[in-house]
Amino acid sequence: MIKRIGALMWARNLEFMRDRSTLGWNILLPVLLVLGLSAVFGNGVRPLFKVAVLGELPTAQEQTRLEFTQYVAVDDRQLTLRKVGRHQIDALLVPAEQRYFYNPSSPKGAVIHRMLQAQPSWTAEVEEGAGLRYVDWLLPGILGMNIMFSCLFGVGYVIVRYRKNGYLKRLSATPVSALDFIIAQVLSRLILIMVITVAVFAGIHAVFQFPMQGAYLDLFLVTLLGCAAMVSIGLLVASRLTSEELAGGLLNFVAWPMMVLSGVWFSLDGAPQWVQQASLALPLTHLLQAARAIMFDGAGLADLPVELGALGALTILCIGLAAASFRWRQQ
Amino acid sequence: MVAQTPLLQARGLRKSYAEVEAVRGVDLDLMPGVCFGLLGPNGAGKTTTIEILEKVLEPDAGEVLYKNAPRGAQFVQNVGIAFQATALQDYLTVKDQLNLFRSLYAKPLPLDDLVVLCDLKDILNRDSRKLSGGQRQRLLLALALVNDPDLVFLDEPTTGLDPQARRKVWELLEGIKARGKTILLSTHYMEEAYRLCDEVAIIDHGRIITQGSPQALLASHFDETVIALPVPASALPLDLPLDYVETSQGVEIITPDVDSAVKALAFAGTPLHGLELRSRTLEDLFIELTGEELRG
Repeated sequence: MIKRIGALMWARNLEFMRDRSTLGWNILLPVLLVLGLSAVFGNGVRPLFKVAVLGELPTAQEQTRLEFTQYVAVDDRQLTLRKVGRHQIDALLVPAEQRYFYNPSSPKGAVIHRMLQAQPSWTAEVEEGAGLRYVDWLLPGILGMNIMFSCLFGVGYVIVRYRKNGYLKRLSATPVSALDFIIAQVLSRLILIMVITVAVFAGIHAVFQFPMQGAYLDLFLVTLLGCAAMVSIGLLVASRLTSEELAGGLLNFVAWPMMVLSGVWFSLDGAPQWVQQASLALPLTHLLQAARAIMFDGAGLADLPVELGALGALTILCIGLAAASFRWRQQ
Repeated sequence: MVAQTPLLQARGLRKSYAEVEAVRGVDLDLMPGVCFGLLGPNGAGKTTTIEILEKVLEPDAGEVLYKNAPRGAQFVQNVGIAFQATALQDYLTVKDQLNLFRSLYAKPLPLDDLVVLCDLKDILNRDSRKLSGGQRQRLLLALALVNDPDLVFLDEPTTGLDPQARRKVWELLEGIKARGKTILLSTHYMEEAYRLCDEVAIIDHGRIITQGSPQALLASHFDETVIALPVPASALPLDLPLDYVETSQGVEIITPDVDSAVKALAFAGTPLHGLELRSRTLEDLFIELTGEELRG
C-alpha cells in the first residue's frame, strides 16, 4: 500500500513540477501577495488614529504632534467631512484656518478632540453623523468580491476546461462564431450573478438595514457594469490558454491584488499615494467606490463618470481583445 | 450524359505540425451520395485530412472546393461533423443537447426526426454524462445530423464500441446513406469499410496510396484465394509444392488456382479436415499496402 501511495504521489509531483507555468505561479503568487500587503500596511506599528489634513501636512503635524496617528493629505473638503461624519476619518485638520472638524459620536474622534484641546490655537468644529457600521462598509466589498470571483473563475476557468476537453472544438464546427460564444458567456454570467447578488443584497438588507442614500436602480446598473468588467477579464485570460492550472494561477494573480488593494476590507485612505493610484487600475476599486458613493453619499450615475468610464472602457477593451485572440482548440 | 460534379474536391492538401508533415499532398473527389472511407494506420494523417476537409483546420497548402467553389460561410450549415473525441456540456440531457445544437443552425431537423433517425427515444431524458459508449455515439451522430447536412464527416465513429453497439451504428449509417447523404468516414475497421463504403482511400504517411471501390481494389490487387488449414506447419509434408504462412489458427496457402492447390495437398497426404476457403479481404490489402509494423 505504501508503495502504491508513494508511486501515485511521485507521479503527481512530477506532473506538477513539469508544468512549469503552474509551478512558477505557485512560487510567485505568495511573494507578490506579501509585497502587496506590505506596501499597503507598511512594515512598522499601525497607528491608532487617522487624521486628514487639508493643506500643509507638515505644518499640521508640527503643530498638533498627535501620537499614534496617521496624517493623510486630502484635497476634497466636502468628501472628507462626509467621511468624518461616517467615522471613516477621525478628524479633519485645516492648518490655514487653524480649525479641526471631528464627530463627537465617534469614539476615536472624541479622543482626538481631547488631544487637540491641548493646542489652544486650534478651534474645534463639530461634524455630525451617525457613522457607518463596519458591516455597512463591508457589504459592498463582500458582494463585490463575490462578483469578482464568480465572474473571473466562472467564465475564465470554465472556458479553459471547454477548450481542453474539446467542447469548444465541437462548437467551432457549427455556425457559432467566437463573438457569439463570448457574448453568450458574458450574458449567462451577468444574469446569474446579478440574480444572486440582488437576492443576497435584499436578504441581508432586510436583516441589517444598510444605509441607502442613492437610487437602487443606479446601484443595480453600476453592479451590472462591474460584473461585465470582471467577466471580460475572465474571458481575456481564458482566450487562449489550455491549462486549467495555469488559468487558475493567472486568475488568482488578477483577483488577489483586487482583494488587497480595492478597498474590500478597509478604506485605502491611509495607504501610500502610489498604492491608491495603483488601485485605480483595478476594476473592483471602481465598482466599490461607485457602489459606496451611491449607498452612502447618495451619488447618481452622473456623479460617477470616472468609475463608469473606467469599467466601461475595460469591458470593451477586454472583450475586444478576447474575441480577437480567441482560440477554439488546443494547438 | 452529363458527368456528375464532385460534392467536395481536395487538391494538393499539405499540413505540418512542428517537425511532422502530417499531410503531404492529398487529392480526392467526393461524389454526391457516396459513402467514402478513409483508411489508414494510426498517425497516417486521416484525422488531419478530415479536419482540413471539415474546414476546422487550415491547410498549409492546397485547396478544397465544395460544389465546385471555395467553401464559404454557408459551408458550415451544410455539413455535419462527429469528431473522434468530443466533450459536451455537462448536466444536460440528451434532449437538451439536441435542442442546443438545433438552435445553432438555420434549418434544423425536427427533434422527433432526429430521435427516430438515431434511435434515441429511450435515452432522451437521460443525463448525457451517463450514456454508454454506443448511446453516446448515437447522440454524437444525431448532433452531426441536426442540420440535415448534405455531407457528413465521421471520424472513427465506432472506435471503442462493442460488436453489438458497432453493428447498431452501422445500421444507423446505412439509414443515413439511404437518405442520400454523402458520408466521409474514417475507420480502423476494414469490415466496417467493406460493409458501408462505396469507395475507400488508404492513406499512409500523409499520402493516399490507393483509392477505389472495395471490390475494385480487391480485384485489382488480388486474384488469389486463401486456403486456411487448422493444422500446425509441422503437420505438412516437407516436400509440399506450395508456399504457406503460419497463422495463430494453423497455416494459410494463398493461391490463384484453388483446385490445383487442394489436389496437391491431398496428394501429399495433408489432413484436410476443417479446410476453409476465403477471398482476400480489405484487411489483407490494408496490411499489404501499409505493412505490419506497429504504428502509434
